[in-house]
Amino acid sequence: MVSRSRMGQAPGEDAMVRQRLKLAGIIALILAAILLARLYSLQVSQYARYQTLSLDNHIRLQALSPVRGLILDRNGVVLAQNTAVYALKVTPERVLDMDLMLAEVGQIVDLSDREILAFKQRSSRRPGFKKQLLKTQLDDAEAAKFAVNEYRFPGVTLEAVLHRDYPFAELTAHFLGYVGRISEKDQNRLEEEKYKGISHTGKSGIEKQYERALVGSTGFEEVEIDAHGRTLRTISREGAIPGDNLRLTIDIELQREARRALGASRGAVVAMDPSNGEVLAMVSNPSFDPNLFVDGIDHATYSALRSLKDKPFLNRALHGRYAPGSTIKPIFAEVVIEEGIDPEESVFCPGWYMLPGSTRQYRCWKKTGHGRVDLHAAIEQSCDVYFYEMGKRLGIGQMSGVLKKFGLGSQSGVDLPGEPDGLVPSAEWKLATRNEPWYPGEDLITAIGQGFLMTTPLQLARVASILANRGSVVQPRLLMSKNDPLSGEPEELNNKKNTRNLHINTEAMDRVIRAMTAVMSSPRGTARMSGRRSAYSIAGKTGTAQVIAIAQGEEYDEDSLKEEFRDHALFIAFAPVENPKIAIAVVVENGGSGAGVAAPVARKVLDHFFLKALERA
Amino acid sequence: MLRRKKLLFDGPLMIGLITLSFLGLFVIYSASGENFSVMVRQGIRLGIGWVVMILVAQISPETIKRFSPHLFIVGVVVLILVLLVGVVAKGAQRWLDLGIFRFQPSELMKLALPMMVAWLMTRDKLPPTFAIILLALVLTAIPTGLVVIQPDLGTGIMLAASGLLVIFLAGIRWRHLMMMLATVAAVAPFLWSQLHDYHRQRILTLFDPWADPMGSGYQTIQAQIAIGSAGIWGKGWLQGSQSHLEFIPERSTDFIFAVFAEEFGLVGVLILIVLYLFIAGRCLAMAYQTKETYSRLLIGALALTFFFYLFVNLGMVSGILPIVGVPLPLVSYGGTSMLTLMAAFGIMMGTHSRRRLMT
Repeated sequence: MVSRSRMGQAPGEDAMVRQRLKLAGIIALILAAILLARLYSLQVSQYARYQTLSLDNHIRLQALSPVRGLILDRNGVVLAQNTAVYALKVTPERVLDMDLMLAEVGQIVDLSDREILAFKQRSSRRPGFKKQLLKTQLDDAEAAKFAVNEYRFPGVTLEAVLHRDYPFAELTAHFLGYVGRISEKDQNRLEEEKYKGISHTGKSGIEKQYERALVGSTGFEEVEIDAHGRTLRTISREGAIPGDNLRLTIDIELQREARRALGASRGAVVAMDPSNGEVLAMVSNPSFDPNLFVDGIDHATYSALRSLKDKPFLNRALHGRYAPGSTIKPIFAEVVIEEGIDPEESVFCPGWYMLPGSTRQYRCWKKTGHGRVDLHAAIEQSCDVYFYEMGKRLGIGQMSGVLKKFGLGSQSGVDLPGEPDGLVPSAEWKLATRNEPWYPGEDLITAIGQGFLMTTPLQLARVASILANRGSVVQPRLLMSKNDPLSGEPEELNNKKNTRNLHINTEAMDRVIRAMTAVMSSPRGTARMSGRRSAYSIAGKTGTAQVIAIAQGEEYDEDSLKEEFRDHALFIAFAPVENPKIAIAVVVENGGSGAGVAAPVARKVLDHFFLKALERA
Repeated sequence: MLRRKKLLFDGPLMIGLITLSFLGLFVIYSASGENFSVMVRQGIRLGIGWVVMILVAQISPETIKRFSPHLFIVGVVVLILVLLVGVVAKGAQRWLDLGIFRFQPSELMKLALPMMVAWLMTRDKLPPTFAIILLALVLTAIPTGLVVIQPDLGTGIMLAASGLLVIFLAGIRWRHLMMMLATVAAVAPFLWSQLHDYHRQRILTLFDPWADPMGSGYQTIQAQIAIGSAGIWGKGWLQGSQSHLEFIPERSTDFIFAVFAEEFGLVGVLILIVLYLFIAGRCLAMAYQTKETYSRLLIGALALTFFFYLFVNLGMVSGILPIVGVPLPLVSYGGTSMLTLMAAFGIMMGTHSRRRLMT
């Protein structure tokens, strides 16, 4: 191989490349000639033909918006529908004096400054003979008055449009989500072709999750227009295909009851069918009116709601992260037995616990102590000292293993967007994120569901389901069936394939469930007040999770504490014990004790559920 | 030696580009429905493009040659990155969001690929051996493939063209060229089966747009009506009914030529094509005069690619080529591709205005 200097030449090369350049230039000229020939043919030879076509070109293709699918509850009650409303639309290019028009229209219909501002922003962004919304949801009187005066306002039209409506408003806001106008951000996400003639898209919840099914497909019509672009008549149309109707697993009556049971408290309730993962109720309190978002919420209202301390936009059932407190004890009890520790072995509870070689006292919730407790009594009476001891013996490795097995620290796979993982701590996790070793004391507080451990109400409801199923895990879901509105054929969804078995030792499961039943029914059970006089059997577990740490030697005094520092009240349960039909998790923020506050909420929901079932039978 | 620092540029090329830029602004104003702010935005982009061109013109050809492989590797990496973490816009994954601005890596490749192939060709004596040609084909195929699967067929075709043009200019032997063409013919049925449905539809539409006048043939038919109804003298600026009544889809971007042709007629079209030929011709002349093979290959390929843009765009708008998304260079609305183009002109000018200083 001949080596060459970096920018050097080989003789003869120049001439050859120049030759090629000439050749390429000639080819380019030939291509230009082809183009000119084609354009000559169009513009000169076929001029007459195309001129006629252009003059006759009065047919324009217009997009027809599909009707968005309905969303129903499991019994067919409509949760999201489309109602016809009157809207004023303006083609800005056809208005001679915009300010004058707005002033005059403002005398006929009520136009707020906000509506005018929003309209001006929209129309300045999109030029080109496109209609822009000026005002939606005109009442009948306004619509009638405008219709009479419409001739005075060229470029302004009154149109009947379909408007998304959520009849249950606050009650369904969190899981159902809402639709809103397609924003510039959405435009990048959505396929332009598919969204011709569609103004709204699902922004959160089910509306977002099942956008593809709900949206339907755009139809087209050919309309004849005059030389100024006005529509004269419709020539042909290919109708839009409406979106699928969705039937959810939610029972709106149960949802309402759960909401009522929570009252004014901040918190969440998740109820599901443990056999198949169908979510029967998913309540987050406080809530907001999703109807505000459909045509754009105004900035002032939005920031006011957003800055509320109670965070109404937060779906606590899905996104709320809470320390599970003692509701986690049944899981640890199960691993205690599987690890070969004798469940009959008792631990003495004097009301506190100390690690060997340390003076720090870990308190039991019962100051006077439980005396000698075995596993059964420890769950029944929620003895902390017993679980401190077990936490010490198991260690964080064992504990985080079983927590993960029960689906904590990872998404449940529910069909809602943005599900968080929650957090199951481990020694490695702590070292990696905080650069600190795991301390033995942290074994203890983890064993009573405190410390770093974070769960969501949905995850806790799934834990209750796994216990109800004696070890088989189901994937929670809200969609029961999709229904093509044209053929009427429902597409049932089978969730069985998402079930898997944890293969938990039957004896361990029996013992834990017996103890959870005692929680509700034995004279010493922590939730005996909520289990009283129940026509069906309940297995449950209370939990009280600290929000702030109480210093050594100090007392937790509910009355003297600010509300936001009070304990969270938690409760999980399932019923009937023999053949579980419902599993439930309740969280009441800063509610105080799980037994006193969360368990009664659950009882009301369970009563409603079984009473309705009786009525139906 | 270069004594005083003076700006390096090429007069005739500058005049051609300025004329085309101003012409483009008038067309944009009409195509956007007489929207002044759209025209201003395009004007700002052009301004930035001019600055980029002047800056790039100051880089020496030695530097450009030396960094060709580096730029190419960076380009391939970001193309892979865009597939993994890119922003999906309108169903295709082309953008990389860098926080402050969005970046389309395929644009970088439009320069990096011909640079790389020219670099490879000039490592050894020309004409290239069969092995070198194979390697050059592979280097062309990698970015082209990555862009086509985004999917962005139009840019993919332009990339492939830029690489192949370098190989052609480097003096590929005719028998090698024939072998290449034969291979392409052999794998064509396979490529056809790999195309997206809508691309296939577009190619089929080309042969008979009237088969589905309100569907896949709509764009082609409306553009042809716009062009044909203009006649020799056109309907006049801002007077095109086809564009102003919104019969022409994408009339500010890929189909802007239809707006131009409708309003300015065959006379305008002739002037436009001559203007493009002048720019491309001036660049080819610069390649001809350059003293060094790498620069000659690069400038020649960039100039021919520029012309090829025009050919594909006018071909698809006037209905002799299938519709692939290729903009009309320097006229279509849009930012990134204009910057690349201006950078390319910068490279050409910079190299050419140094030719007397080298050797």
